[in-house]
Amino acid sequence: MVTVSEVQTEAQFEEVAPKKPWTQIAVDLSRKQPLGVFGLAIVVAMIIAAALADVVAPYNPLQEHFDSMLSGPSEDYLLGTDEFGRDILSRLIYGSRTALLVGFVCAIVGSTAGLVLGVASAYFGGLFDLMLQRILDVFMAFPLIILALAVVATLGPGIENVMIAIILPFIPQCARVVRSNALAIREIPYVDAARALGFSDARIILRHMVPNVMAPYLIMLTTFLGQAILLEASLSFLGLGVQDPIPAWGLMLTNASEFFEGAPWVAIYPGVAISLSVFGFNLFGDSVRDVLDPKLRSR
Amino acid sequence: MSKYARFAFALAVGTGLAMGAGGPAKAETPKKGGTLNFIVAAEAPSYDLHKESTFAAVHPIRPFYSLLIRVNPDNPQSPTDFQCDLCVGSVPKPTDGGKTYTFKIKKGVKFHDGQTLTAADVVATFNKIISPPEGVVSVRKAFYKMVDSVTAPDDETVVFKLKFPTGAFIPALATPMNHVYSAKDLKEHGYSWHEKNVNGTGAFKFAGAVAGSHVDGVRFENFHVKGKPYLDGYRALISRKLAIRVQAIRGDRAAIEFRGFPPKQRDDLVAALGKDITVQESDWNCVLLFTPNQGRPIMQDPRVRQALTLAVDRWGGSQHLSRIAIVKTVGGIGFPGHPLSATKAELVRLNGYGTDLKASREKAKKLLAEAGKAGLKFELLNRGTDQPYKIVGTWLIGQWRQIGLEVTQKVEPTKSFYNSLRKTKEFDVSLDFNCQSVINPIVDVSKFVGSAGNNYGNYKGKDQELEDIYNQLIKEGDEKKQREIMRVMEKRALSDMAHEGVTLWWYKINPHRSYVKGWKIAPSHYLNQSLDQVWLDK
Repeated sequence: MVTVSEVQTEAQFEEVAPKKPWTQIAVDLSRKQPLGVFGLAIVVAMIIAAALADVVAPYNPLQEHFDSMLSGPSEDYLLGTDEFGRDILSRLIYGSRTALLVGFVCAIVGSTAGLVLGVASAYFGGLFDLMLQRILDVFMAFPLIILALAVVATLGPGIENVMIAIILPFIPQCARVVRSNALAIREIPYVDAARALGFSDARIILRHMVPNVMAPYLIMLTTFLGQAILLEASLSFLGLGVQDPIPAWGLMLTNASEFFEGAPWVAIYPGVAISLSVFGFNLFGDSVRDVLDPKLRSR
Repeated sequence: MSKYARFAFALAVGTGLAMGAGGPAKAETPKKGGTLNFIVAAEAPSYDLHKESTFAAVHPIRPFYSLLIRVNPDNPQSPTDFQCDLCVGSVPKPTDGGKTYTFKIKKGVKFHDGQTLTAADVVATFNKIISPPEGVVSVRKAFYKMVDSVTAPDDETVVFKLKFPTGAFIPALATPMNHVYSAKDLKEHGYSWHEKNVNGTGAFKFAGAVAGSHVDGVRFENFHVKGKPYLDGYRALISRKLAIRVQAIRGDRAAIEFRGFPPKQRDDLVAALGKDITVQESDWNCVLLFTPNQGRPIMQDPRVRQALTLAVDRWGGSQHLSRIAIVKTVGGIGFPGHPLSATKAELVRLNGYGTDLKASREKAKKLLAEAGKAGLKFELLNRGTDQPYKIVGTWLIGQWRQIGLEVTQKVEPTKSFYNSLRKTKEFDVSLDFNCQSVINPIVDVSKFVGSAGNNYGNYKGKDQELEDIYNQLIKEGDEKKQREIMRVMEKRALSDMAHEGVTLWWYKINPHRSYVKGWKIAPSHYLNQSLDQVWLDK
């Protein structure tokens, strides 16, 4: 239990300790987590590209240039053109919007739903926990891509359905991790105290348990970001995701499969974009985990 | 030399030139044995070809069945060379002023389950095709508008009586989807039994299938043509991705793909395999259409449909898309180059075929504005087959964007695509095709009539004038007048009412392993697929 004197001491310490400039914080962070900072830089670059696509993309990603079909990289088209003469660089830049939209929506919705279910399951326990965990077991029995494929096959292709297909397998994964942490927290005396004071279940869950499982939640969220981008690309590659002419990396890759022998750039650059973004999100996610999980920090 | 003969000669010369790299054909003695592996770009929606019109069903299933008559497999480019398959002798000449055809049926022909074929089987088959009961789909029943009755006076005779004499009857009869079924099967198992079951008299017996993977056939020892087939069997491998199909041939996992590859893939294979690959090329009796769904309010105004066709740069598309897809020729409703089909001078008078693209698109924008549909948003339903559907679909969306339309694309696998197009009619505009087998323009253009079994534009009963024009065409015996009526029909269907939008006609390129012998390219990917002539020179 935290005493008043300890709180005061901490507050006094904060007043005395000089605030570090943000540049120093960045330098310290890059010393401690160089790979994480590199990952973050990729993520930030992606976000900027997506946000400023209208400004930074050299061409309209839908604009066909039939006189330059399957042209190699050149001054006019830095990364070359595809089978319709569309600029690959512009389509990659606009494609990052699709990737980030799917990545963030799926990761946030999937992990948040998992957080709610995991904490509720741990808190209420009993039959509710038992039933919920068995339902989650059913979902977890299927590999991620198979479950996503089954959902898209049922709902049909399209970006909204792809997001549903990705979110569904994420929920049980996050719920299971969060539940194991929440089970330990449930036994801590302050939860008993809150219950003894007559607080509602919702208040206990939201005010006392959820903040204490934020570390695994954030770790799962950052892990899901990369996974969601990869899954969206996989589903689009299989023709079940985003459809032409919307620019999307997986779709660019599947269209490239007909032409890559004579025009390798149509496959290379979307492939690099997918790999790099997933790599960036994974590095960033690993660093978040290292920072938030004290057990791993010391290893 | 008649126009038809000149046309056949031109096709044959064209094909011959295209096959020049392989040198002149030599008479070789066929070798027996071996299994032909070929690759198919989609899975058959069902095994009943009376209701299907996709190569995905024809290629794996056709070898299990026989036809009453068929296109001569040694001369498949000819639109007039037919031979008996289940009938005796040569194709009969009509009697009764061209209104009666009497076929003598071969004796002792066995179905794969041991039943003996009789004239009753042929009659039951054609009754199912021509006048199916309510609820039974027969997509080509419009081909047989001239047929009055089909009867079997005895076990070995089939008589077709026509309402009026027409040269379109025999080519229609040779349609390769007219698989002859057993009357007993139809009676005992019902009209949908053949969708999932096979019992034919063809050169090969059904030996199994794995969904999404392959269909197997083995030699039918009691086949009605002595000494055939040459192959022990075949395996039809299914792969949606063009790259995989090309690699299958390159790696010799498959010897041929009967549908056709784009020019680029042909060049890659020739460069990689040299003399081990043989290329056959031909014009293709197949055209990709876009079909506005007139059941939807947004597509009911002819001005909107006219705008859709006016936006399309067909002449430019021919030049550009032929580099990456299996499409090439600009044409109207009939097979380009056929004497009954439109010339370029005639085509440019239609909406969407003019050479002044800018003017066409301005007119399109004006029509949309007049109809109160400027900036219209809709969805294009497309089939999940790379060539040429997805490429042409994406190209069309780009063309429509030029007149301010916002179009998204919904790509579905073959089976769901057909379900949306034919049954649920859940589409605004859909890609569709008019791929016919035997070149028979008078019958082939029936697709554009609203009442046709294979018309999905939802304008049945909404354009009687077009129906009347087609009825006039099919009854007309004079070639010159037929041609004039075809132009009137073309203008009505494609330009004035813009019921359908013709995109580009296909161009067939078949690179195959040189050891595949006995197969000759036809102007259709449906023709010459019985495989009884095919052998392997290994």
